[in-house]
Amino acid sequence: MLLRVLVRAGVLLASLAVSSVVVFGFLAALPGDPARVALGVNATEESVATLRTEFGLDRPLRTQYVDWVGGMLTGDPGRSYVSKAEIGPQLADRMQVTLWLVAAATVIAVLIALPAGTLMAVRHGKLSGLVLAGLSQLGVAVPAFLAGILLITLFAVRLRWLPSGGWTPPVEDPVMFLRQLTLPALALGLVQGAVLTRYVRSAVIDVLREDYLRTARAKGLTPERALWRHGLRNAMVPVVTVLGLQLATLLIGAVVVERVFVVPGMGKLLLDAVANRDLLLVQAVVMVLVVAVLVVNFVVDLLYTVLDPRLRHG
Amino acid sequence: MESGLIGSTRAAAGALVAASLLGLAACSAGSSTAPPDGTPPPSGEGSEESLVLGLVAEPATLDFTQDGGAAIPQALLVNVYEGLVKLDQDGEIVPALATWQVSDDGLTYTFDLVADAVFTSGEPFTADDAVFSIERVQNDWTVALKSAMDVVASAEAASPTQLVVTLTNPSNNWLYNMTTRVGAMFSQSGVDDLATAPIGTGPYALSEWNRGDSIVLTRNADYWGEAPYFNEVTLRYFDDPTALNSALLTGTIDVITTVQAPEGLAQFEGNDDLQIIEGSTNGEVLLSFNHRSAPFQDLQVRQAVRQAIDHQALVDTCWAGRGELIGSHVPPTDPWYEDLTDVAPYDPDEATRLLEAAGQTDLTLRLRLPSLPYATSCGQVVASQLEDVGITVEVDTLEFPAQWLAQVFQPPNDYDMSIVAHVEPRDIPPLFGDPTYYLGYDNAEVVQMLADADAGTAEEQVTIMQEVARTISEDSAGDWLFLLPNLVVADADITGLPENAIGEALDLTLLARS
Repeated sequence: MLLRVLVRAGVLLASLAVSSVVVFGFLAALPGDPARVALGVNATEESVATLRTEFGLDRPLRTQYVDWVGGMLTGDPGRSYVSKAEIGPQLADRMQVTLWLVAAATVIAVLIALPAGTLMAVRHGKLSGLVLAGLSQLGVAVPAFLAGILLITLFAVRLRWLPSGGWTPPVEDPVMFLRQLTLPALALGLVQGAVLTRYVRSAVIDVLREDYLRTARAKGLTPERALWRHGLRNAMVPVVTVLGLQLATLLIGAVVVERVFVVPGMGKLLLDAVANRDLLLVQAVVMVLVVAVLVVNFVVDLLYTVLDPRLRHG
Repeated sequence: MESGLIGSTRAAAGALVAASLLGLAACSAGSSTAPPDGTPPPSGEGSEESLVLGLVAEPATLDFTQDGGAAIPQALLVNVYEGLVKLDQDGEIVPALATWQVSDDGLTYTFDLVADAVFTSGEPFTADDAVFSIERVQNDWTVALKSAMDVVASAEAASPTQLVVTLTNPSNNWLYNMTTRVGAMFSQSGVDDLATAPIGTGPYALSEWNRGDSIVLTRNADYWGEAPYFNEVTLRYFDDPTALNSALLTGTIDVITTVQAPEGLAQFEGNDDLQIIEGSTNGEVLLSFNHRSAPFQDLQVRQAVRQAIDHQALVDTCWAGRGELIGSHVPPTDPWYEDLTDVAPYDPDEATRLLEAAGQTDLTLRLRLPSLPYATSCGQVVASQLEDVGITVEVDTLEFPAQWLAQVFQPPNDYDMSIVAHVEPRDIPPLFGDPTYYLGYDNAEVVQMLADADAGTAEEQVTIMQEVARTISEDSAGDWLFLLPNLVVADADITGLPENAIGEALDLTLLARS
């Protein structure tokens, strides 16, 4: 068990190191000098040189890399080339927003997927199962941004039940926070829920065929109780895997959904930074997203061992 | 940083990119202020009401002395920062923080400052601040627009309320430029944190900047002039046109300052709760000819391309029929505007004849478009119309701004034709009076006329500029596809929305709710 955790942690650290080099390398290799880009092409050589020194771009790449990684580790990724604002606080603010969105979407996805997937498995081959399967197929096919636009058109523009976008921090106005969170979280969560439903369904179907379930029923449990007490926990192993993998797609989906709903999260920060050619900010945002995905995968790995005792000695 | 990328030595370059980057954003910058003799401002006292405006492209910084983005003066000029002079809705230069007199030789401007203007930091506005602001443009600004102040030989405070500026040569353009961000007045003690904490004398002060979301301006209680109607104005920024439209339909915002895609207007039409305002901007959508490329050195080829294009059909197809036809590089809001659409009328037979006369019956031209909505959609129409007269057009799209700037705008200027909206006001001189510009248009006669217009009296300026506009059109220096429209949609009870976008600022001071 401990060995497994250590190995996984080692893999995590190695992946982090490699991805930091890749992210830094990519942006360093981009054509164009950030100082010149910030000042304009006809800026004097003098002012470009001054700005390069200010940004620390005149130092060797290796020094820049080490400083950048050091900065990221100590929570000080530096100042934006364009806005001159500290990047650290911006990342913290925006990450909070995106985490709320991703968390709410995940809750919605799970709330949809567990009952729907289990029902589909139990009704496997029957008409009601087919209808559910059709619905989930439809959900899988709809991209989150389209779901967002449809939700806005229906609930905000037509029915006027909920605002079409925006963001209010929960401490400022919890009611407004929930009202504004609902539609973007639904847009993300519905699609993810549809994907997840299909995994829950096949996992439960697999479990239903297992010998231990037949044994449980032979001992006198009703099919429902047998599934509840012995089946679902085993079915959760592949589901948690997918949920973990989906967190990565959720983060990416958030980039799009934040744009549609005007939510100032990581996705919007990234798009704005790209539009403004704010390379240091792009670098920081991408790295934070990479870290988030890797850490989630690491945690999912550990969760297996909790959920499936067989893996503890693996 | 939009235009920071580009920075030409000429003012126009910055704005070109800035506005083009957004497609249209800058066009929403309505201008002007209370006309000296026209309608009275809505309220002397102001109300406790607030207003939310929807805009596109949030500024990355609030410091327009270091960053050329058009979104910064759009939000801050006239509202937070004031100049000595400003533009009214008719495009006339009128007093703001000062009245002025010009010496007979046109070299000395004497400004008498208003006595009771105060910066939001509490410091009074004096002639020393004005001198400081002008000299700061020359010494500390890094954006290309600073060249507008090159003509100033000296600025001196004759008294705390009198400023004397001496020019190296008479220049009508200088006083005009003083109405733009270049003429903004800063406090000597208030320039430490321009990127986040602007300090001006204007009717509004920045109270909040929620990055990625909105800028909130609150009425300046100590403002020296007439108090604006709204106590609080929120500028909310949207990346996505659908989100912007939905926000108005759901009441999240009160005004869309510029509709991003004109075909989107349909959803607002027939809605009695909303008003649609359609006016003009300074954004000439130019089909640019590269005068360095061989075929375009022949006037007959340039004329043929112009006469092959059915401009009304083009604007109907690619911009939903919204946008005025202009025929030269002057919007109708400029004093020297003339309708020049008849200089090169649509005539495909004549175009074919001109091509034959030029010996260019097998002509291939490269149309390299920036990745902007109006350019890509109108580029397709241009290509198909040119192919109708036998010109082969190779179209490609370059990512804007970086790729387009590097390949088309900067040397080696590797293109034959491109399409971009030039949104800087009064931008003939940098475009057609500078052979080093990306157009490569080299006409000594035009250069001389531009110099004469700048140095002449106001009447001479108008006459000569009319001649310039006609000359570049007759010489087919480019083809003006149409003028970008100013499309505003707002709640029906909002008044004071400017019809035409004339200057750089989105003037909030005239807005009110009826």
